Amino acid sequence: MATKVHMEALSPTMEEGQVVKWLKAEGDEIANGDVLAEIETDKATMELVARGEGILQKVLLDEGGTAAVGALIAVIAEDGEDISDLVSEGDDATGEGSGEEDEAAAKEGEEEESKEEEAEAAPERDKAPAPEEGEEGDGRVKASPLARRLAADQGIELRSIEGSGPGGRVVKRDVEKAMEEGVPDAPRTTAPDSEEDYVDVSLSQMRKTIAKRLVESLGPVPHFFLTVDVDMSRAVEARKRVNALLEKEGKKISFNDIVLKATAMALRKHPECNAHWREDHVRRFNRVHLAVAVAIDDGLITPVVRDADRKGMAEISAEVRELAGRAREKKLKPEEYSGGTFSVSNLGMFGIEDFTAVINPPEAGILAVGALEERPVARDGEVIIEPRMKITMSCDHRVIDGAQGARFLQSLTGILEEPLAALI
Amino acid sequence: MATITYREALNQALSEEMRRDESVFLMGEEVAEYDGAYKVSKGLLDEFGDRRVVDTPISELGFAGLGVGAAMVGLRPVIEFMTFNFAFLALDQILNSAAKMYYMSGGQIPVPMVFRGPTGAALQLSSQHSHACDTYYAHAPGLKLVRPATPADAKGLLKASIRDADPVIFMEGEMLYNLKGEVPDPDDGDFVIPLGVADLKHEGGDVSIITHGSTVHLALQAAKKLEKDGIHADVLDLRSLRPLDVDAILESVKKTNRAVYLEEGWPYVGIGAQIVATIQEEAFDHLDAPVLRVCQADVPMPYAKNLEQLAKPSVDRVIEACNRVLYRS
Amino acid sequence: MAETKTEKSKKAATGSKSEKSGVEDGLEGFSKEELHSFLKEMLLYRRFEEKAEEAYAIGKIGGFCHLHIGQEAVALGFIGPLRDDDYVFTSYRDHTQGLAKGLKPGPVMAELYGRDGGCSRGKGGSMHIFGAEEGFLGGHGIVGGQIPLAAGVGWAIRYREEDRVCLCYLGDAAVNQGAFHEALNMSAVWKLPVIYVVENNEYGMGTHFERVSALPVVERAKGTGVPAHSIDGQDVIATWRLMEELTEKARNGEGPQYVDARTYRFKGHSMSDPVHGVYRTKDEVEEKKKSEDPIVVLRDRLFDADLLSEDELDALDEQVVEIVDEAVEFADNSPFPEDEELYTHTYAEINEHGRLFFDGRDR
Repeated sequence: MATKVHMEALSPTMEEGQVVKWLKAEGDEIANGDVLAEIETDKATMELVARGEGILQKVLLDEGGTAAVGALIAVIAEDGEDISDLVSEGDDATGEGSGEEDEAAAKEGEEEESKEEEAEAAPERDKAPAPEEGEEGDGRVKASPLARRLAADQGIELRSIEGSGPGGRVVKRDVEKAMEEGVPDAPRTTAPDSEEDYVDVSLSQMRKTIAKRLVESLGPVPHFFLTVDVDMSRAVEARKRVNALLEKEGKKISFNDIVLKATAMALRKHPECNAHWREDHVRRFNRVHLAVAVAIDDGLITPVVRDADRKGMAEISAEVRELAGRAREKKLKPEEYSGGTFSVSNLGMFGIEDFTAVINPPEAGILAVGALEERPVARDGEVIIEPRMKITMSCDHRVIDGAQGARFLQSLTGILEEPLAALI
Repeated sequence: MATITYREALNQALSEEMRRDESVFLMGEEVAEYDGAYKVSKGLLDEFGDRRVVDTPISELGFAGLGVGAAMVGLRPVIEFMTFNFAFLALDQILNSAAKMYYMSGGQIPVPMVFRGPTGAALQLSSQHSHACDTYYAHAPGLKLVRPATPADAKGLLKASIRDADPVIFMEGEMLYNLKGEVPDPDDGDFVIPLGVADLKHEGGDVSIITHGSTVHLALQAAKKLEKDGIHADVLDLRSLRPLDVDAILESVKKTNRAVYLEEGWPYVGIGAQIVATIQEEAFDHLDAPVLRVCQADVPMPYAKNLEQLAKPSVDRVIEACNRVLYRS
Repeated sequence: MAETKTEKSKKAATGSKSEKSGVEDGLEGFSKEELHSFLKEMLLYRRFEEKAEEAYAIGKIGGFCHLHIGQEAVALGFIGPLRDDDYVFTSYRDHTQGLAKGLKPGPVMAELYGRDGGCSRGKGGSMHIFGAEEGFLGGHGIVGGQIPLAAGVGWAIRYREEDRVCLCYLGDAAVNQGAFHEALNMSAVWKLPVIYVVENNEYGMGTHFERVSALPVVERAKGTGVPAHSIDGQDVIATWRLMEELTEKARNGEGPQYVDARTYRFKGHSMSDPVHGVYRTKDEVEEKKKSEDPIVVLRDRLFDADLLSEDELDALDEQVVEIVDEAVEFADNSPFPEDEELYTHTYAEINEHGRLFFDGRDR
């Protein structure tokens, strides 16, 4: 029976070996244990011994040639034995080895390769979620880990606190002082700051291409528009009942408040629409801060209702009223009209049936809400009159794709058409 | 309760364990006829004879290895080093034999034994006799490391160490041997303190001073002084460094939000480095200030009295570190 | 404490000693069966190591692997006369001494393979063969590191007033370590029942002993007071006889003994070293193989004394090849240790309180 001569691991760390010299030539008679060749390993020159007997029929690796451990480099066989299969196996396997061990070796090789790939990929992944503070450059606030946590728990913005530690570090006692003294509108003005509040999504090659191509086509923010026509019957009903309940308190909600609440809830379900385009990545927010467009004498301002998804309609209503009031008096602070994650613009009160709004970058979407009107619609083969409202969503195509926007609008419509669904 | 010295407490622990367990014996330089270089083994030769209390040649490597061999077949040797400064000669046997035997034999051969002796600086003994050696042993899995600071801890922990199934490095303090303290009376039953339980030696709440071994007493003095200033410090004595009572460390730090680690050894890759790493890994959001360390100056111990004082950790340096983490200047 | 056994080891007990072979052949006192068992045992060591070499070449065994080929008579000649309850220590060239002390070939091969069924559960490898039950207290990886340990076991034997002995092998290079002199001194002072056997194969890795020692091996114990002996370590009969005498003395409380057993390594220091090289010539190795192969030496003596036929020899060899093949099969079939085994056996006692591991495991 033929004996395969493999390049053997002659040192613990050897991966390949070089034939320095064949001590036996083709045709020589070989006894078990004979030294066949001198092999240069990574450490020394070693002897390769025969592990079988017969005639050295074929030498597959010339002197000076290198082969991986496990590779077939010669064949010992009986005189006249057919070794053509073995030899051809050696031909295409030189440097790779053959047989069982080689499969194992090949597998290991693959594993190593994929590991290398991972290792290469890793730094990029690490790069993607760049720390917000670093990005904002001068905006970095020095604070102890404890102070950060306390401030986040209390909804106090670290920026608003003067640090008494070394280099102006905000420490526990500073946060405690701020809590005692009170920070104006503190709980309502937290910017999305903590890392739990958002997820940064690195840009795929496709996403980068979409961004580039669409900007070329449509301008810096590549808009597209989606319109829905919403049956508002149940919303009208709901508003009546809610207002009846609120009457004692002298409060009232508007259709716009209902739209805001529904939008916020739908956004929570679709974080891909509650997002910012940040040039090298997309930031998806876990909190919903709605910017509400308010017309003022010489323009437009968008005060922000923070955490709108977690607030009741009455609360939203009161806040919008209050913010809009101060907006008209131009008394809003910067933090009150910045930090929105998504915008809503309503021109219904002007009788506008439907329109498109322009996105407020870096936000990725804005809703244009038209007037609530009774309109004829066909239902089950009959024409009936229903209260309807048209809503058009402008999407930044770099962030939101058509289907994503459509699914968001589906959720929004679902809530407006059946406000009870909000309770489920 | 009786008030006895640290040395007497160790002596009680040894004699009680030798009476309890025939396989326990004490071996080391000058432990028998001389009663021990620090008189820890006083009277043991008389009671147990030279079979169980054994003077050795000055061959640290040899008798440390001999102890390991005896433990491999089931005896429970207590090997005394006159000081751990001399045990560097025996490190091969401690690290390569004692620490790894159970593992590399696949769990066949445990090494139940104690290496004990003083560590750290006394007074003006200069570089080669003042080395705080904890970190070398804390580093190695397979070893346990115990550092009692009081007579009661010395007794209770030595008894637990002798009974432990693994090799235990038991480090005493040259300056502690004369320290007096209350220790439960032998007649009141077996007094054993389990390894891995830290002891809150002073309760405060404003700042955690965490430490082990001889410097516990420095920490207590600092805490007393801080008290006058209205600062209340936790003084947490770790007592054993492997196993390490991490829960106690975290509990104190979560309460005070700030910590100072105090040790006799050098700062670089010292015990404190590990403690700081553990705190920042597991109590990061509770920290109001960076954790600071007070250690020996990063130089060999000098002989000159004034320089030696400068090199050693001091009460003032502990107080200064506490003020820094409290943002008091 | 294990009960002290008094019966003779199994190997020595096989056959009766009354049958005398030739008067002048030096084999007096050994039966044919015994002599055949010696040959078979040494063949087993040889074939086992050859298989290990082969397995190493195809990557089944990793790391350092030191073969005992050429030194078989030292393993058998000194361990053979021991009782089952005696102890043995050795260095990292430890496979065959483990077999000689009664470890089964399967678990030893599985240990070389790094398998769960290995005698050290795959955690020790080639250099750390252990068999607590068999009294085989390990292969030790630091040159001379096992010598104080053996003194400690001798101490424990004396402490317990037993009549066991401890055999401690060391390489010739180990006599230059401080541990050697410290341990031998204490052994002599306390009359410990330890027999120190230097496997003097002339080379510490690639350095000839004469280049690093002013005195020959046998004289290096001089300063310690331990009686020294020198013996042809390739002659299993001579070593066996000497060991019987020395164990007797040690058991009788006469203290330690020291033997310079002159032998020769036919292979490289480890698998990563050439058989010969700059430090020794090929001719030297070939000459030693021809004239000092301990198996050939015994075989020829048995042939000459008419105590062995070619057929009997072939039969013995076939038997050991089968045993070694079974060992390889056992190793191949043994699973790798489970991932959980990474942490087991670090400590014999996991304390109830506190953390012992700092890599996040017991957080």
